[in-house]
Amino acid sequence: MQAMPETADQSKRPDKDVRPLTGNEAIARGAWEAGVRVAAAYPGTPSTEIMESLAAYPAEDLHAQWSTNEKVALDVAIGASFAGSRALASMKHVGLNVAADAFMSQAYIGVNGGLVLAVCDDPGIHSSQNEQDSRIYGQFATVPVLEPSDAQEALDLTRLAFDLSEQFDTMVIVRGTTRLSHTRSPVAIGPRSEHPSRGFVENPAKNVMIPAHARRRHTAVIEREAKLKQYLETATINRWETGDASFGVITAGTCYPYVREVLPNASVLKLGASWPLPEGLLRRYCESVERVFVVEELEPVIEKELRALGIKVEGKQFFPREGEFSPEILRAGFEKAGVLEPRAKRASWALEPLARPPVLCAGCPHTSSFMAVRASGARVAGDIGCYTLACLDPLRGLDTTVSMGSSIGNAIGMAMAGDTKPVMATIGDSTFLHAGIPSLINAVYNQANITVLLLDNHITAMTGGQEHPGTGKTLRGGDAPKVDYEALVRAIGVTWVRTVDSYDLAQMYQTLREAIAHRGVSVIISNRPCVLDPMKIKGPALAIVNEQCNACQSCMNLGCPALTWGDDTFEGRHKVKIDQSMCIGCTLCAQVCTVDCIKPAAPMTTTTVTQ
Amino acid sequence: MNRPNASGSSIESEQLRPIAAAAKAREPMNVLIVGVGGQGVIMVSKALASLAQSKGFEVKQSEVHGMAKRGGTVFSHVRFGPQVWSPTIPKGEADILVALEWAEGLRWLAYLKPDTGIFICDTKRIVPPFACLNRRPGSPLRYSRETPAEVKAHVAEGYAIDATHMAEELGNERVGNVVLIGALSTALDFSAEDWEKSLAQFVPKKTIAVNLDAFRLGRNWIAEARTNPAKIESPATKTAAPAHVPYSVRLEITAEWCKSCDICVKLCPERCLRLNEERIAELAQPEKCTGCRLCELLCPDFAIKVHLDSPKQGVAA
Repeated sequence: MQAMPETADQSKRPDKDVRPLTGNEAIARGAWEAGVRVAAAYPGTPSTEIMESLAAYPAEDLHAQWSTNEKVALDVAIGASFAGSRALASMKHVGLNVAADAFMSQAYIGVNGGLVLAVCDDPGIHSSQNEQDSRIYGQFATVPVLEPSDAQEALDLTRLAFDLSEQFDTMVIVRGTTRLSHTRSPVAIGPRSEHPSRGFVENPAKNVMIPAHARRRHTAVIEREAKLKQYLETATINRWETGDASFGVITAGTCYPYVREVLPNASVLKLGASWPLPEGLLRRYCESVERVFVVEELEPVIEKELRALGIKVEGKQFFPREGEFSPEILRAGFEKAGVLEPRAKRASWALEPLARPPVLCAGCPHTSSFMAVRASGARVAGDIGCYTLACLDPLRGLDTTVSMGSSIGNAIGMAMAGDTKPVMATIGDSTFLHAGIPSLINAVYNQANITVLLLDNHITAMTGGQEHPGTGKTLRGGDAPKVDYEALVRAIGVTWVRTVDSYDLAQMYQTLREAIAHRGVSVIISNRPCVLDPMKIKGPALAIVNEQCNACQSCMNLGCPALTWGDDTFEGRHKVKIDQSMCIGCTLCAQVCTVDCIKPAAPMTTTTVTQ
Repeated sequence: MNRPNASGSSIESEQLRPIAAAAKAREPMNVLIVGVGGQGVIMVSKALASLAQSKGFEVKQSEVHGMAKRGGTVFSHVRFGPQVWSPTIPKGEADILVALEWAEGLRWLAYLKPDTGIFICDTKRIVPPFACLNRRPGSPLRYSRETPAEVKAHVAEGYAIDATHMAEELGNERVGNVVLIGALSTALDFSAEDWEKSLAQFVPKKTIAVNLDAFRLGRNWIAEARTNPAKIESPATKTAAPAHVPYSVRLEITAEWCKSCDICVKLCPERCLRLNEERIAELAQPEKCTGCRLCELLCPDFAIKVHLDSPKQGVAA
């Protein structure tokens, strides 16, 4: 084992209160310490816990809210900044696409109260539809991007981001990744510093983006970028860690710990901001070493900039442009580059790993909805939520998924293009409120012949159970008005609307058939709460009467995780058994059983609900 | 670099084997904890991380949320030492792999240090719906077939422990993960008292007693497994696949009785039926048909009969 790198001292604040925090908790703490007054977000993995953590701080300190979508969240934060208070919006990478319109124009306006945008990317696509690199948004809008490498930096850089925002009159992005968001490490925390409101500053030339104003603001934005570059030439958030001069590594954010893991003694330039880049510092660093490697996840943002400066660097030929980095990937890249000695490869035991994709929960109301969808024979435009999992066997119930709210628009296009099957859109309650309403209005306006299945499970389920305008609760748990979907849909102009209990399979089948038969826009609201949130639902379990089971496996069509093969067979096919601890007694399997052999495991009692 | 009370030497203590040999000097101790959503993987890693931190180590604990609740794979990397860089454990560098489910343990085996890694695995099998999709008679369950004995032969030190069953005997199947914490505790140089203190912070107050019992049960089980390995051999998990009888499927469809209701077409699990031009059901993709009889059972007019023909015996079953 080689000696420790001398500059890496993580116990700089021995006198402070040190707590284990995740990156998300640290961003929230940093914002709170910086005196944030208004914070808004739409949930999205891996960013969700930022706003949940902020809601744990006193309501007197800040207002925190779930907004209906990321654009609304950013607009709320921008509004608070206009009003002179420090404000934060948080979202996942694809959420910034939704907010991009406001984001790009706000970049021209700048701030009054400090404005910070926490964006969490998902390299490796653990729970997203793509792995776009948000740093490019910083470059696109000429907005600085700070990149923490661990939870301590997440706190420190978030605090700093508010100061920089006010100092340079710009929104500041704090960019994390899944690994930062969900890694817990020790963080020295501090007190909150209050920043009284600066009050609204009336300045139409800066705040009202009409062409005449915007042209002048664009000049200001370019000047601002130069000032930021000047600041970053000497800022301490960039760390030059000296080492062997034969090669050096330029890196930022969550790649830095991987670099240190495999190259404990190397010369490293760790950038605290991945946009904009300080030219002088980069040139001086690159001259100090013989070879320069750029290590960055996803797109070659820093590498391209260095090449544009005419500096010879190596990077993406050794380190992939897709997926999440790991010490192994960095080691392989540095071995290929001839910097590290190849390690002896050891033959490992070749095991075929078990396929265990995520599935809909036992008793999930989406299961029956998609049994009915599947039997309807429709072409199905899907959307984003737990129900996207219904694309897998055995439900195989949806044909497309693009982005939040796309299903209804996609269905209109399919119908207009003349798909031979009846066309259906399936969309969850939270997704419908997020981005489904404009496209449903569009369907009515353009008289599309489609069926919309609104899967109302009373929660934002996929991200772990967050409240939304349809749940009647706010982020902090207070009461709120509740969206009445049926009234909303009728007000848009839909004449055919029905609400169905998801657990009544026959009713679901029948209603879907009638909805498809209706010419024009028909809307079905399937209504049953999520079995996990806001409370875990567990009713009395069902069991198979083994002697009666004919192994038709009709119930296996549900893909319910409580159903697996039993030990016995019939005609060589496996009979089915029910895992009593998982079964919640939703009765869907009993409803599809061809020989009526699924019965309550114990004599019926009333359903129990446990928190 | 050392924290005041983080002494690297303390984790090299002699008395409790295996104290993963590689945890010497300044390298961090790497513990990988894996399982299936809902089993309590994160609780195990939090209890360990909190304990290590209270002893003055730098700790990083990294996991990926999102799909975890939905029956998917869950894993948590815990690294602690005087200095920890990467939040994830590089492949082949885990000192200890704790698995709460059998096939999940096998999935992550390659992360163990080949010469010194310790494998502690519950023999509990959580079979996913994906493993049971084939309706053909005699089709095997798509679940890992390796036995504990085979796995033990491939790791430096392995323990297959029926922790879930032990937890059930304590009267609370949910404390299986704590039985495994008990087993894990023997491989790290923290005192039992410290472990119990850490555990108490992470379990509901009402269940502290049963959790402490589970912890001690796991700890004692390992002690016994070391002194008398043969006695604690867990039952083999290899199950023989049912004998496969070759057969071909023939659908006898009585066109006069079919009223084109479409039920068989829409509910066929393999989607191999269709309505022909006369709107009569027919088998469009015979190679996909498994002979599951669902269409025969669902047809309201008894228009479909499924024959499973075996070349030797004529008609089977």
